[in-house]
Amino acid sequence: MPQNLNYLRETASQTAGPYVHIGLAPGAAGFELFEKELGQDIVGPNAKGERITITGRVLDGTGSPVRDVLLETWQANAAGIYAHDEDPRHSEVEAGFSGWGRVISDFNSGEFVINTIKPGATPGRNGATQAPHINLWIVARGINVGLNTRIYFEEDSDAHASDPTINLIEQLHRRDTLLAKKTGENTYQFDVVLQGENETVFFDV
Amino acid sequence: MTKKNTHTGEFYQRDRYMHPPAYAEIYKTSVPRSPKQALISIENSLSEITGPTFGHNDLGELDNDLIKNYAQTGDAIGERIIVHGRVLDENGRPVPNTLVEIWQANAGGRYRHKKDMYLAPIDPNFGGCGRTMTDEDGYYFFRTVKPGAYPWRNWVNSWRPAHIHVSVFGTAFAQRLITQLYFEGDPLIKKCAIVNTIPDQDAIDGLIAPLDMNAGVPLDCLAYKFDIVLRGRRSTLFENRLEGN
Ligand SMILES: [Fe+2]
Repeated sequence: MPQNLNYLRETASQTAGPYVHIGLAPGAAGFELFEKELGQDIVGPNAKGERITITGRVLDGTGSPVRDVLLETWQANAAGIYAHDEDPRHSEVEAGFSGWGRVISDFNSGEFVINTIKPGATPGRNGATQAPHINLWIVARGINVGLNTRIYFEEDSDAHASDPTINLIEQLHRRDTLLAKKTGENTYQFDVVLQGENETVFFDV
Repeated sequence: MTKKNTHTGEFYQRDRYMHPPAYAEIYKTSVPRSPKQALISIENSLSEITGPTFGHNDLGELDNDLIKNYAQTGDAIGERIIVHGRVLDENGRPVPNTLVEIWQANAGGRYRHKKDMYLAPIDPNFGGCGRTMTDEDGYYFFRTVKPGAYPWRNWVNSWRPAHIHVSVFGTAFAQRLITQLYFEGDPLIKKCAIVNTIPDQDAIDGLIAPLDMNAGVPLDCLAYKFDIVLRGRRSTLFENRLEGN
């Protein structure tokens, strides 16, 4: 027998279940418990950049909206800097900007709303540039491991042409599943399709 | 060569053999909610190796005490327990100052949620959620009551084993994890379709918290230990930083 490597194994994922709101958004579950619910304000009061609203729905394989989904967003500020000490420029982030948000879908319509600013382009690997995007993590009853995807913005098509992640998607038409569609001055539509025709591209990060 | 630092850098790839697959026929709700196309594997960029951070200012005093944090007329009803453990990474290093959130049914198996219609009563003194930050050693603890088993619609007579939902952040968005804690000795674990979405017995065992008599409080409460392992980061030996500056 060779030596033991002594790594631990990651804890297995389990579905967030139908009552995820109790823990992560108790106000939505129907009661107030925490003084401060987390993830309600992504950008804070001082954020520069374009204020945007993204609305959308998560659709299941039958085309029905998933009405008990929870989404978390993670993004850079308008200058493309993440508020985290691994970003070499993180000290330049505006005070109060977190870049992280938590939204749930409406129990009836399934619609979710993300209020944020449009992120800037961020550094990619080996000197590449990543087009502006919001990282998305989706959990719900029936989702066994949280799903990772990205929201890009349809108007940035030039930047998409050289985005290293978009370019990994072999089927060109599937790239469109990552694009938020402009519906107004500062508003976008972004639906997530869990399964079937036009299934959203999900990533193993 | 830079110094080995296990809280920066890229992550080991996620071991998909021990996580449940998206599509698990026995867990019916996963059938229409599971992507059919393969996930696209991407090498980590700044978008994945960064993530939200939280401070003690975000939390309230009683947030980790579910026996008291919704108490109106007295303590929550049920078997009093402490749930404690450490958040570690795959390198065996503690993950300090990370947010751990939990939610659960009350002792009768009923959730305080407008969508839960189970006939067991709501406990007026129990909310069912808590949160805390790990300390410098990755250690965390909660006080709560042991949740009850409850029926759910999968097969006509499906019951969830007693469980606590657990959400952990780690130091980056790529470590984000939600799981469930089960209790040693519960005969419903083996019968549960959600547990059995996990294809690996060791991975299932890793979700079962053992009774920990040493961590309980005599004449007051029992304790269960639950360590949580998040993805580990590669050491940065002989490598350029991935952002290339
Ligand atoms: Fe549950």
